Amino acid sequence: MVAAPADMASPVPVTARAQRLVRWLPAAVAVLVVVLYVVFKNTAVLPHDDDASLFRGLNDARDWVDENRNTSPFFLYFINYLRLGVAELFTLFQTALTGLGWPGLVGVAAGLGWLAGGWRIAVVSVAGFAGLGVLGLWDASVDTLALTLSAVLLSLIIGIPIGVLAGRSPSVRRVVSPVLDVMQIMPTFSYLSPIVLLFLIGPASATIATMIYAIPPAIRITALAIERVSPTVVEASESLGATRWQTMRKVRLPMALNTIALGVNQTIAAALSMVPLVALIAAPGLGVDLIRALARVNVGAALVPGIGIVLIAIVLDRITRSAAVSRARSRIVSWTGFAVLVVAGVALTPVLAPEFPEQWQIQIVRPINDVVSWIEGHWYGFTGFLNDTVAYGLLNPLQDLLTSAPWWLITLAVLAFAWRISGLRAGLIAAGCLVLIAALSLWEHSMETLTIVVVAAVITILAGAALGIGAARSRWFAAVLRPVLDAAQTMPSFSYLLPAVALFGNGRFTAIIASLIYAVPVVARLVEDGLRAVPGTVLEAARSAGSTDRQLLWKVQLPMARSSLLLAANQGIVMTLAMVVIGALVGAGALGYDVVAGISQQEDYGKGLAAGVALVLLGIMLDRITQGASGRLNPEKKRIA
Amino acid sequence: MGTAAIEVRGLWKIFGPKADRIIGSPDAELDSAALRAKTGCTAAVRDVSFEVRPGEVFVVMGLSGSGKSTLVRCLTRLIEPTGGDVAIGGEDVRGMSAAQLRELRRHRVSMVFQHFGLLPHRRVLDNVAYGLEIQGVAKAARHEKARAILSLVGLEGHEDSYPDQLSGGMQQRVGLARALAVDPEVLLFDEPFSALDPLIRRDMQAEVVRLHREVGKTMVFITHDLSEALKLGERIAIMRNGSIVQVGTPEELVGAPADDYVADFVRDVPKSHVLSLRWISRQPDADEPLDGPELPADTVIHDAIPAAMASARPIRVVADGELVGVVDRVDLLGAVRLGEAGGDAEHAALAGSTAEEA
Repeated sequence: MVAAPADMASPVPVTARAQRLVRWLPAAVAVLVVVLYVVFKNTAVLPHDDDASLFRGLNDARDWVDENRNTSPFFLYFINYLRLGVAELFTLFQTALTGLGWPGLVGVAAGLGWLAGGWRIAVVSVAGFAGLGVLGLWDASVDTLALTLSAVLLSLIIGIPIGVLAGRSPSVRRVVSPVLDVMQIMPTFSYLSPIVLLFLIGPASATIATMIYAIPPAIRITALAIERVSPTVVEASESLGATRWQTMRKVRLPMALNTIALGVNQTIAAALSMVPLVALIAAPGLGVDLIRALARVNVGAALVPGIGIVLIAIVLDRITRSAAVSRARSRIVSWTGFAVLVVAGVALTPVLAPEFPEQWQIQIVRPINDVVSWIEGHWYGFTGFLNDTVAYGLLNPLQDLLTSAPWWLITLAVLAFAWRISGLRAGLIAAGCLVLIAALSLWEHSMETLTIVVVAAVITILAGAALGIGAARSRWFAAVLRPVLDAAQTMPSFSYLLPAVALFGNGRFTAIIASLIYAVPVVARLVEDGLRAVPGTVLEAARSAGSTDRQLLWKVQLPMARSSLLLAANQGIVMTLAMVVIGALVGAGALGYDVVAGISQQEDYGKGLAAGVALVLLGIMLDRITQGASGRLNPEKKRIA
Repeated sequence: MGTAAIEVRGLWKIFGPKADRIIGSPDAELDSAALRAKTGCTAAVRDVSFEVRPGEVFVVMGLSGSGKSTLVRCLTRLIEPTGGDVAIGGEDVRGMSAAQLRELRRHRVSMVFQHFGLLPHRRVLDNVAYGLEIQGVAKAARHEKARAILSLVGLEGHEDSYPDQLSGGMQQRVGLARALAVDPEVLLFDEPFSALDPLIRRDMQAEVVRLHREVGKTMVFITHDLSEALKLGERIAIMRNGSIVQVGTPEELVGAPADDYVADFVRDVPKSHVLSLRWISRQPDADEPLDGPELPADTVIHDAIPAAMASARPIRVVADGELVGVVDRVDLLGAVRLGEAGGDAEHAALAGSTAEEA
């Protein structure tokens, strides 16, 4: 085992004997693992203990913080001011948006839409925001909007300067990049507990949690945009005697602006996908109703606020996306139109009353629930069969396997597997993560989460690869698939839980289905892009040598797209983990549930905090295994989700 | 030497770690491959010296990788030279502070780039005015100046277009206008027409010749195209592997290449279009009549053909009012034939004829 990857990596010729050895090594290791499992089964299994000493220690730490919150200088002069400032910002947005009244806010949205992309976007904005009122979600939507805007504003204020610095200085980039990597593989649940510890529950900590999730795309895309500014233009500016600041202000920033606008778009999308999660830490808004309804498996009541978030997402996405596509339009026409729409909206507020009129609202909860119960009643044969097959055929055996194997054996197996795929360094990091998880007293729950992730990820990667290969090989299939994938990527991530719950009720399988819907589009797209990136001349050469389509795929396209395929697998797994954790909201249990319980119940705080850390470790482990020897290739592709 | 517009002495540019230690050490004598193998450094410009006279068009010519683009960037320290001296208008550029250097770039030297380097988000007018804008010139004044320059380069009516709405040739006119707008003493051209179609390129070369006649700026022109160099350059420096192999007028390069490299370069140039009568004139034979047409010694051979057709007598070649030799029809035909045949034989023959003349 020790010699295998080194030999495989080195191009020097080895003797035939050694080659034979290398070829049989993976199989030998697999056999060894099986033998060890049979021999050591049910030893060193680390069963779950709700009352582990680590959890109690963390609870004590929490108690200490609670006692000293208003006396310790760290809190008194730093954290508490931060909390108050962020809360103030949220209140400011909330007051301003509420003050506009619904006609005023719709008018502002229409004006921004007009400014960004003409009348089409203005109509989308009006329809989207009016839809919020019609669904009876106006007040909650305003809260969600205020929270999202505060978090996005903070993300941009902090993220864009960091991005500019990272784009200009390789040494800053070297520091920032790995931090962002970890931030992006951290499941969102994992930082709720520490944030609550520092900032208590409420809008302030919700804004900060949202910001942590939303800031990486702002930084990454800004850095990329600044880096990509044509060096010729920069040189031309310098040759005319521009100072650094002049070149930055007049050349780099304007030329990077369109790309940065895309970064804003991604930042908003990320912020909106946090809406239901921050409801767990007492953020007002659409998430509150959604979480409550999910807990009661009331699909209709959950779907309505879900649709609300999607509407906000669509409006903000269209506005920022069309702002990112530059086109020459008369400034006077743009700003006049903007002013007219905004003034019209604001002027209508006193006429139409600031609250959305009740007679215009419609109730769709009951019809939805009727449909859901019809589905439950009529499709149960099918959904129940699927559910049971996966549960008894895949989940339970795998979970039994992982929880009955000694922890050291699993760690060694992961080490070997990661070593084979991504090299020794990655293998050691992955194994190290598992050791730390064992030390966190959360081994069993982590294995349960891992079980769901592995099953979901395998299905996701297979389905995504099949779709991606299909799209790369058939033009019409790609034409059908593209818009579907585009639409899927605009949606906030949790919205995929809702159809899954409607079909399959609560449980692990629902989390698997949701992560499928969430991650398959990204995997499919990465696979398709990778296959399409294979140069046409190579394909032509292979065809002219008489390859069949199948040979072309297996001998040319797939090997040449190896790094894209690895990236696709990596993204698929990281996204699956994120979704499976959120799946705790619909009964997927395990680590995700520990985090939720930790926030809502005093005595479980320590366990929740540890579970958050375990999730980060699990994320790093899964990421390293699939990172590939060449490391991450394209930072752009990283954040498609 | 305060009279030179640009004066370069012993200029070096070495890319790589600890580059400054190489100059003056034995390593500096190594060729590029050996230097890279030994030190990891690449010498782009090696010990280059030349002078450019005020109002001259000085062409630096070489193949890609010869260091010519690095050289021109070293003149205003867009690339910081590793060693040597650069003086522009008698002022030492290498000793300038950042602020002084900015002043130099803002007012005295401007540059035209191969890939134009236009700002895509600004109108043509604002692109041209960019240099004035960063100097702090007020909007009305800089727009007025920019309009004037745009009409000078033949782009009236395109002020409000965006660069991507113009053809490549027009975009480079904008680049040229931007460089001219700050009214510099020196214009640097870094392969400005390489990215253009051949026909457009010819127009743009004519444009540069015209502008030079009209505004009389000192110009340093980088190119890899020999015919462009011969057309524009009053003097041409040929670069190879970072060093200047030969500096001279087009006639000197074609007539007396310093080494095989230069000879190979100019091999296919039709000599009769570049060389003057001075290069083929000979002492008259004793019985030759000396009452033929008279032409100055710097007449290009090709241009002497009408005179030879008009009269059967040998042409009298004169310089400063004195007879330096004669050229008859056979001499002319020989020179024209040599120019078109190409190849080493011709080169040897030509060398023979110049030797004869001496």
